[in-house]
Amino acid sequence: MNARPSGTFSVTLRVWRQAGPGEPGRFVDYPAQGVNPHMSFLELLDVVNDGLTRKGEEPIAFAHDCREGICGTCSLTIDGKPHGPGRGVATCQIYMRSFSEGDVIVVEPFRARAFPLIKDLVVDRSAFDRIQQAGGFITARTGSAPEANALPVPKADADLAMDAAQCIGCGACVAACKNASAMLFVAAKVSHLGLLPQGQAERDRRVLAMVETMDGLGFGGCTNQYECSAACPKLISVDFIARMNRDFLKASFRAALAPQSAG
Amino acid sequence: MAQLEARIPPGPLADKWRRHKADIRLVSPANKRKYEIIVVGAGLAGASAAATLAELGYQVTCFVFHDSPRRAHSIAAQGGINAAKNYPNDGDSVYRLFYDTIKGGDYRSREANVHRLAEVSAAIIDQCAAQGVPFAREYGGLLANRSFGGAQVSRTFYARGQTGQQLLLGAYSALMRMVASGAVRLHTHSEMLDLAVVGGHAKGIVARNLVTGEISRHAADAVVLATGGYGNVFDLTTYARGSNATAIWRAYKRGACFANPCYTQIHPTCIPVSGDYQSKLTLMSESLRNDGRIWVPKKPEDRRKDPGAIPEEERDYFLERIYPSFGNLCPRDVASRASKRLCDEGRGVGETGRAVYLDFGDAMRRLGEAGVRERYGNLFDIYHEITAENAYRTPMRIYPAVHYTMGGLWVDYNLMSNVPGLFVLGEANFADQGANRLGASALMQGLADGYFIIPYTIGDYLAGQKPGARPATDAAEFRQAEENVRGLTQRMLAVRGREPVGHFHRRLGEIMWEGCGMARNRAGLERAMREIGALREEFWRGVNVPGSGDSLNQSLERAGRVADFLELGELMCRDALAREESCGGHFREEYQYPDGECRRDDDHFSHVAAWEYRGEGRDPARNVEPLGYEFVKMSVRDYK
Repeated sequence: MNARPSGTFSVTLRVWRQAGPGEPGRFVDYPAQGVNPHMSFLELLDVVNDGLTRKGEEPIAFAHDCREGICGTCSLTIDGKPHGPGRGVATCQIYMRSFSEGDVIVVEPFRARAFPLIKDLVVDRSAFDRIQQAGGFITARTGSAPEANALPVPKADADLAMDAAQCIGCGACVAACKNASAMLFVAAKVSHLGLLPQGQAERDRRVLAMVETMDGLGFGGCTNQYECSAACPKLISVDFIARMNRDFLKASFRAALAPQSAG
Repeated sequence: MAQLEARIPPGPLADKWRRHKADIRLVSPANKRKYEIIVVGAGLAGASAAATLAELGYQVTCFVFHDSPRRAHSIAAQGGINAAKNYPNDGDSVYRLFYDTIKGGDYRSREANVHRLAEVSAAIIDQCAAQGVPFAREYGGLLANRSFGGAQVSRTFYARGQTGQQLLLGAYSALMRMVASGAVRLHTHSEMLDLAVVGGHAKGIVARNLVTGEISRHAADAVVLATGGYGNVFDLTTYARGSNATAIWRAYKRGACFANPCYTQIHPTCIPVSGDYQSKLTLMSESLRNDGRIWVPKKPEDRRKDPGAIPEEERDYFLERIYPSFGNLCPRDVASRASKRLCDEGRGVGETGRAVYLDFGDAMRRLGEAGVRERYGNLFDIYHEITAENAYRTPMRIYPAVHYTMGGLWVDYNLMSNVPGLFVLGEANFADQGANRLGASALMQGLADGYFIIPYTIGDYLAGQKPGARPATDAAEFRQAEENVRGLTQRMLAVRGREPVGHFHRRLGEIMWEGCGMARNRAGLERAMREIGALREEFWRGVNVPGSGDSLNQSLERAGRVADFLELGELMCRDALAREESCGGHFREEYQYPDGECRRDDDHFSHVAAWEYRGEGRDPARNVEPLGYEFVKMSVRDYK
């Protein structure tokens, strides 16, 4: 029963090491023997790091936390692909059964101008928080909410909003895009809130402010390559980008015609 | 001895909170902006508290060790959140939710707190829906409910299998709104490493910026800790790798009592361990128990057979057999221990023999694959990712794992610890879950504390503090706290032993799981305490923390957390040893009924044990807060 690959194998990790933002970076090879196929990729990094520590060397810094694909902390580009070889998973959900004996696995940070490097494989993604601050919310002061069932939401809308709301804020969409665009990330939040009746009051203001902030933070534009969606651990659809563009256009016209109503 | 004054308001149970809100002191709107409140942590409790306190007009500073406040481990909660809305018209009420929670906690929680929790539960759903949390809905557009983890009514609200994520992102969005408004100052990558207690009151913290290594002092009129649970003392758990007890442990060492540390929850439905490299155990939501049936082969020799080849009559659906009325939905501790007993008997399945089957064969016939996918699709995907197995075709293998801690810092009815000015919310406090937590009640408690309780109760404390009178950060207590942090950091960096931090964490986890896990006994607990003491010495002689303290150093971060776990683990054992009864998640083998159920000792242990730190090398003191049950009759939990 439960036939699974057994037997260990060897790989080489070719890892980007960089002591800090202003420091020179380079790839360093770390051979790894006795790799168990059931191991997660991050667990292999743990094992390599334990080995480095025992030798008195500084372990490889990498971001991780929940290790179950939901917190959005892990952020490695593996063999050129953000979150590595899986589809619809985060780095922490990559298992060594995806690799073979003798593989040289190239491990890099998520690279984008708006995600400055902190150390080794760790980058600063606080630009995402700033985009959220610009308008990624529905203003609902605690205590002022109406009875929840007073506002029915068609199931189809709620389901579609949930599809968008699943975004884990990891930044793979940005790392996968040749323009380092954050359109999928922003579109997911704009669509989630814009699809719901609760989100209508601030809909125009939200999309204008979030897009403007995104542009100001150094993210690039969208040229419809759809690499973002392919790299997304939640497979968020590029349809949401179209939805955001439509919202943005409408909101821009409305703002131009009657600036005071855009708020 | 510490003063443990629970400050439960007088009067009938259902009136306590209403009367208390009317009686406690208020801070005027003009004065609110003169008060500075530090909130540590931005999970459900921390984010909701920080946002709401800022909305009220307080000056709030929020510290998170993550790179963003959206990462806290509340995000991983899958199943749902309870609320006494009674939308399904199936007989639910505030009283029933209260009663189920008290009973589920095995009569070791406070009546008044739990009733308040049930009272505010409905408002949480309203609040979250207004924020745009995309809860599951019926075709008519109204909210959907399901029954969850041992409840006989459908009171659980959910957002697919990602309820925690959606609730947290709701609270996060509220927090981001208040950051944008300037009312909340946000410090990410900042870990609280000490509490400043000035004149007996909590008046600030010392934090380390994890990127720059900078250690800084921050003064406030009150400090709110919402830093989550301490289950990672076991190393291999369903917690996030970064989850830690450092904030509450350092507060303990500054005088805050630690209540019921031995109350840990073992969750029955996790993916079993596969190897010694393993860093984490993944929980499969117990909502799976609504439609999945748990079994092992009747004959031990069948345990390695293809489960599909074992005929129906050769399967032992043991939860349905032992607990006919609750069956697969019996409480977590009951289900976990039953699985362990079966595995101890040699009937466990899988390569290690430490697993039982969770079978969806019946559900597939009843609902079809599409129906099962609709309810559990993402959970089946997670299972497939980790095991490479298709649970639509072959049963899942599951085993219990540490999942939640009911103990935490002692708080009064206002959620204030015995150190005035120090408030503790969510999983970090001890108040509401008793000796065992029911499913879908952690999210409820975190948000209740943050949205609807602390915003009222903190005013009662602040009204007694002169506005603008908080101490400056050059006060002696702040300087001493900073020196303490610097000293500890230097000490860890100076050892330069051989073994990485993880080595000690793993061994601590093994000691704890063996001696203070699902089943405990005197000899095992005493041995665990000796072993932890020895391991702690080994750690301080043999740990290797490479690098320095003045930049990102993940080994250093973890070393500090593990050093705290090495002390906390011993306190957990000490508490488990002193509690000579079984209750909820605390199972002492010496105290059980012949059928293996918990034997409580209400005459001697119907109380909270709140441990008080008395300095290094001295045993902590065990303070007691009696638990009186005025409104419910204590009974033996019976899920048969």
